[in-house]
Amino acid sequence: MIEARNLAYYYPGEEEVSLPALSGINLAVHRGEYLALLGPNGSGKTTLLKLFNALLTPSEGEVWVKGISTVDEDKITEVRRYCGMIFQNPDNQLVATTVEEDIAFGLENLALPSAEIKKKVLDVASLLGLDHLLQQPPHLLSGGEKQRVAIAGVLAMQPLCILMDEPTAMLDPAGRRDVIETVGRLNREQDLAVIHVTHFPEEAVFADRVIILNQGSLVTQGPPEIVFNDLKLLHSLGLQGPAAVELAALLRKDGFDLPSQLIHSRELVHSLCSWERKS
Amino acid sequence: MSRSITLGQYFPGQSMIHCLNPRMKLLSLLLVLVLLFSLQTYVGLATLLLIAIFLIVTTRVPMRYFLRGLRPVLYIAIFALVIYFFFTSGGVVLLRIGFITVESEGVREGIFIILRLISLVFFSLLLTLTTTPLSLTHGLGYFLRPLRYIGLPTEEVAMIMAIALRFIPTLMEESQRLMRAQLSRGADFETGSIFKRAKSLIPLIVPLFVSAFRRADELALAMEARGYRIGATRTRIHEDLIAPRDWAALGMVLGLLVASLVLGL
Repeated sequence: MIEARNLAYYYPGEEEVSLPALSGINLAVHRGEYLALLGPNGSGKTTLLKLFNALLTPSEGEVWVKGISTVDEDKITEVRRYCGMIFQNPDNQLVATTVEEDIAFGLENLALPSAEIKKKVLDVASLLGLDHLLQQPPHLLSGGEKQRVAIAGVLAMQPLCILMDEPTAMLDPAGRRDVIETVGRLNREQDLAVIHVTHFPEEAVFADRVIILNQGSLVTQGPPEIVFNDLKLLHSLGLQGPAAVELAALLRKDGFDLPSQLIHSRELVHSLCSWERKS
Repeated sequence: MSRSITLGQYFPGQSMIHCLNPRMKLLSLLLVLVLLFSLQTYVGLATLLLIAIFLIVTTRVPMRYFLRGLRPVLYIAIFALVIYFFFTSGGVVLLRIGFITVESEGVREGIFIILRLISLVFFSLLLTLTTTPLSLTHGLGYFLRPLRYIGLPTEEVAMIMAIALRFIPTLMEESQRLMRAQLSRGADFETGSIFKRAKSLIPLIVPLFVSAFRRADELALAMEARGYRIGATRTRIHEDLIAPRDWAALGMVLGLLVASLVLGL
């Protein structure tokens, strides 16, 4: 559905071949897939998202979104409709003075008739539980609510994929949970692909696939239980594994016999309990 | 915090006035203002003021919002009152302090001016309290539309104004936060000469500007990501339809204007 072929990107002014923001990326995202994208700062995660959304166009290679190349100027709105983007700062992505009008913003850009916009806004609002906030101005919402409004604005466009650039980085724990649960639910129920850039491995353990970027290249990818258990690699990139994996590694060093592919805290608790019962 | 600016403060509601088309409301306000300044008699003015109060009651916006809006004009009112009381001659002498006299004509005109001022504020607030700033900008944008033919990007200007309105509370919150941050570092915004106080605001204004530019940058990106393109046709969620009741409202205002002229009020 989204496909990057031999993708490279140089930021303008830095066109030395030695300093690509991204290079040699080959990646295919399938319908309904939940992808987590991790990597140290400056590894090109955000750049990659912007390339998928046609905010940037590739310096080399190409990006295809549902059969449309992102360099096709005429169809750029369509690409952006298929791949909606959620940014880190919830304040700086809400455009309108009420929640209702903000959710409608993208649909207004598609020049749909008013009645259709209204219906879609109401549908999306009830799906995300924003009904009671429709007339509120954005500055009175909590961070989590703001992000949910942003998600609603994207969802109203009936996208195939949501690109999220550290959507929880500026939220409190309640808001963070709120956003993660909302997106997880949409992924399962609406068959929506998600590409989630995050610094929290805990948020990535539920993904279908984890991708690690470093210095503009794809280092590794695979199911979370494989990728996150390669602590040596993660640590060499300055990343941390999920708390359960890190703890399990320390416990193994102390002679605990734990299964090798656990990533969820619950799994760890479970294996520790059964380990205790055995001994 | 954002309460302190009454003008441009929308009070949500479902009343008749709330539901009128902003374009018609703007036009009606303009006509009412013309009427207000053409009225010469107490009867006419009192009628108009009563109409204003009646309309205020129907909007179900608490009266205190309107009274608060009067506060800024209080000084103008007092000033006008003093001028009229002491410097307009004619009629019976009501009060004599040395060589200064207060005469009945002055009192009559002074109070007339005050009532006119109050009506003016009430009618203006009737518009701004019952119309979201956004629909107000769109209403204004409609009247500016002819300017497009001389090459002005009126749609984009309307969008800029709408975004400015959206970010006023956000930036106010931020300035308060910055002020507290600077205060906690020992900054002093309150004492000293005006010059010194103005200078002490620099550490506040510079970061505010920097952050406003950063916000603008991110917002532009977010808007683009959501398919906004300059010059492209857009639609709106709330259609700008003019309903029969809008015509009725405009008709009534016109009727008042004609009646006042015919009756010589």
